Amino acid sequence: MLTYLIRRLLAVVVMLVVVMLAVFGIFFLIPKWTGVDVATMFAGKQSDAAALDGIRQKLGLDDPIIVQVFDFFKGILVGRDYVSAGDTLHCSAPCFGYSFKTEQAVWPILADRLPVTLGLAVGAAVIWLLIGLAAGVVSALRRGSIWDRAAMGIALSGVSLPIYFTGLLSLAIFSYGLGLVSNEYTPIEESFPEWFSGMILPWLTLAFLFGAMYARLTRATMLEVMGEDYIRTARAKGVREPVVIRKHAMRSTLTPIITLLGVDLGALMGGAILTETTFSLPGLGQAVLKAIGEKDLPLILGVTLITASAVVVANLIVDLLYGVIDPRVRLA
Amino acid sequence: MTTQRSSRRRIAASAVAVAALLSTAACGGGGSDDEGDGKAPGFNAARAKTANASDKKGGTLKFIGTQDADSWDTTRGYYGFAWDFMRYYSRTLMTSKPVAGKGSAELVPDLAKSKAKISGDGKTYTYELRDGITWEDGKPVTSKDIKYGIERQWAQDVLSGGPIYLKDTLDPDGKYKGPYKDKAKDKLGLDAIETPTDKKIVFHLPKRNGDFEQMIAMPSASPVRQDKDTKSKYGLKPFSNGPYKFQSYTPNKKLTLVRNPEWKKSSDNIRKALPDKITLTLLTNSDEMDKRLINGDYDLDINATGMEAQGREKALKEYKGNVDNPSTGYIRYAVFPQTVKPFDNIHCRKAMIYGSDHKSIQNARGGPLAGGDIGTNMLPALVPGSDLKFDPFGIAKNEGAADVKKAKAELKKCGKPNGFKTTIAVRNNKQVEIASAEAMQASLKKIGITAEVDEYDGAQTTGIIGNPDYVKKKNYGIIIMGWGPDFPSGQGYGMPLWHSKYILDNGNNNYAMIDDPKIDKAFADAIAELDKNKAAQKYAAINAKVMEGAYYLPFTFEKNIIWRSSRLTNVGTTDAYSGRYDYAVLGVK
Repeated sequence: MLTYLIRRLLAVVVMLVVVMLAVFGIFFLIPKWTGVDVATMFAGKQSDAAALDGIRQKLGLDDPIIVQVFDFFKGILVGRDYVSAGDTLHCSAPCFGYSFKTEQAVWPILADRLPVTLGLAVGAAVIWLLIGLAAGVVSALRRGSIWDRAAMGIALSGVSLPIYFTGLLSLAIFSYGLGLVSNEYTPIEESFPEWFSGMILPWLTLAFLFGAMYARLTRATMLEVMGEDYIRTARAKGVREPVVIRKHAMRSTLTPIITLLGVDLGALMGGAILTETTFSLPGLGQAVLKAIGEKDLPLILGVTLITASAVVVANLIVDLLYGVIDPRVRLA
Repeated sequence: MTTQRSSRRRIAASAVAVAALLSTAACGGGGSDDEGDGKAPGFNAARAKTANASDKKGGTLKFIGTQDADSWDTTRGYYGFAWDFMRYYSRTLMTSKPVAGKGSAELVPDLAKSKAKISGDGKTYTYELRDGITWEDGKPVTSKDIKYGIERQWAQDVLSGGPIYLKDTLDPDGKYKGPYKDKAKDKLGLDAIETPTDKKIVFHLPKRNGDFEQMIAMPSASPVRQDKDTKSKYGLKPFSNGPYKFQSYTPNKKLTLVRNPEWKKSSDNIRKALPDKITLTLLTNSDEMDKRLINGDYDLDINATGMEAQGREKALKEYKGNVDNPSTGYIRYAVFPQTVKPFDNIHCRKAMIYGSDHKSIQNARGGPLAGGDIGTNMLPALVPGSDLKFDPFGIAKNEGAADVKKAKAELKKCGKPNGFKTTIAVRNNKQVEIASAEAMQASLKKIGITAEVDEYDGAQTTGIIGNPDYVKKKNYGIIIMGWGPDFPSGQGYGMPLWHSKYILDNGNNNYAMIDDPKIDKAFADAIAELDKNKAAQKYAAINAKVMEGAYYLPFTFEKNIIWRSSRLTNVGTTDAYSGRYDYAVLGVK
């Protein structure tokens, strides 16, 4: 178990380094090769020669690539200083870079927005797991019934309708139309009811899409599992149906669901861009969208790293959970 | 077949129902503000005049926007809306008169007691400071604070982004290295500015400049106190000397200003300082912003770049009384770099102007209301010397239709009777510009010109179209752009576009690559002219010269549709802030 963990953790680190190098290359090297001066992306409307020099100096753009990469790694581990003409900006560890568009270190920006995205992803996940699993199980057990058809019909529309459509529609009806919920995000520390009111539509919209996928997956897996020999054996032994479902069928059904959940949650941590934009939630998705529009490279790099970390860590957790859910799986 | 038809019908019915829901439910009653009386003063009621005049204090003025300032540091900000908003927390020796319309272009004293005493040779400007001007900690604003604030413009390597007119005017050779490299003990080593007493400041200009006071009125001439200068981080919390101060600010998210108790009304003839609190909420989705404005959740869009098509249509149909349609002072245009063949030939350039369908381009930009009037020359209405009727190419004739005959004749003269191939460069983040490029592309096809539209990354404008080598390499024969005056004068508008010294390797704005000694000399003459009327005539002549060179195809004299909530008071669009409302005098009912 311990060897497995160490091996996996090392793989995670290697993966993150590779992702970081790739992103670094895309943002800092490709523009250089195409003849665009990276410093001009950081200068404002007025790009005086001294301004460009200052930016190059601060970002170390004239340093060899290997030095730039080393400085970036160093920043993550021990923090770093950006120095230009007597102006020293300290970026404490973990320094994911410094956004010269907003004059802030990247990590505090991300840390400020992470709770919004986390709240959105986790809240929606709870709803889509509950609804998706319940609908999938009922559909599988009552195959061909009105419940099955209704659930799968709704699931089909959930999968096929894009978030900006369901999101806008729900906002138009429940917020602007009926005024039942807030159209604005309120931080949880300011007011829990307001926060809840502002989050309920994003949760439901996101959960509608994901719940639909989970319901379809649950139904398909459950149907397959229910036809397995060990289920027949359990029934033949006289085990009661609810126990067969709960103890035997569900465990196998959950394995692919948990796998998918790990990947989905991880990916959502990078920001549910469409949902956050539709509902104007100040989360990571909104930040990265803005950053892409303004070519705020350090911020894009930071969000990419967070997403990559979240995906690999979520996958690691999922792999560990397999052993708990399904005793047949043993980690070696 | 039957099933297909019925399901089609069902789909159509659902689509109609959804569309109806979206359009009806999207609004919970615009202007029905909680605190206001819900009555909007009417369409264009605040265009160049003041609507809802009031001195009622209190309440929260709520701005919304999709674009944060490039910086709230007065030295670094270059967005027009930011300059308007900065007057809440920052004052300058002179500023624009707090009235709506044309009158706002006049400069009046703010920190200064009166207008400058100008020496006979026009090279020395002396200001006396008024009494009672203070920082947010109660200490008085001194002439040294103003000098230090201006000196920060020299520190471009740390404080990039803002306008540097004063730097170029006071120290054209760049001898001073900025306060951060200043060896003087008090860091006030710039020779061109003297501060004989705390109440007196003297500017020595190496050459006369008729627009000097315009530069003094820009926020980049604001005082900054040395002990409060946090250098590149100053924009996160500027130290206030105006009626409001920063309470909290998270870039791209939220800004809150509260009253600065140390500010004295008796020291300020400009600002009304009516609301108790001012908030700015930033979103990324402009359609959602329009909905919130119409819903009455916010008072106005700080960016004031015009409502989106959906919101605009709704506002004009149902809430016309909450809408104004001002001129922004911008000209939207296509420019032809002479370094890209065959645009080195004036006849090829003329062929583009005659061959384009100006009406279809205007429509692509949103029509006369949201796009503006068809442009006929390159000097916008807000700049003295402008004459919107000046139409040397007959662009506005025949309702803006293309003059194919003349275009073909010019093509012949250019040696390309069958047309040629070229590329239109357009920012990928400006839908309206892409639409204008496509409209231009369609009309040029009719005269045999195949123009490929290349959407480049709008965030890299300075490094892409601002780089002449890159422009040449990519064969960008047509560049779509827009330009508005930094201050209402030919210098503040036309210099970066038409003067040869502004041809830069990066961040170039003289896209046409105009290198004409006659134009350069005409600028020198106009700048040295202290008589405003004579200067205006000189700038009009420069404009005529530029038009004669056929470097530009003006698309529109831009107008837009902006929203104001019914509870806004003292609201009126200004020439000084490119058709935006004067934020410093706004109040809420």
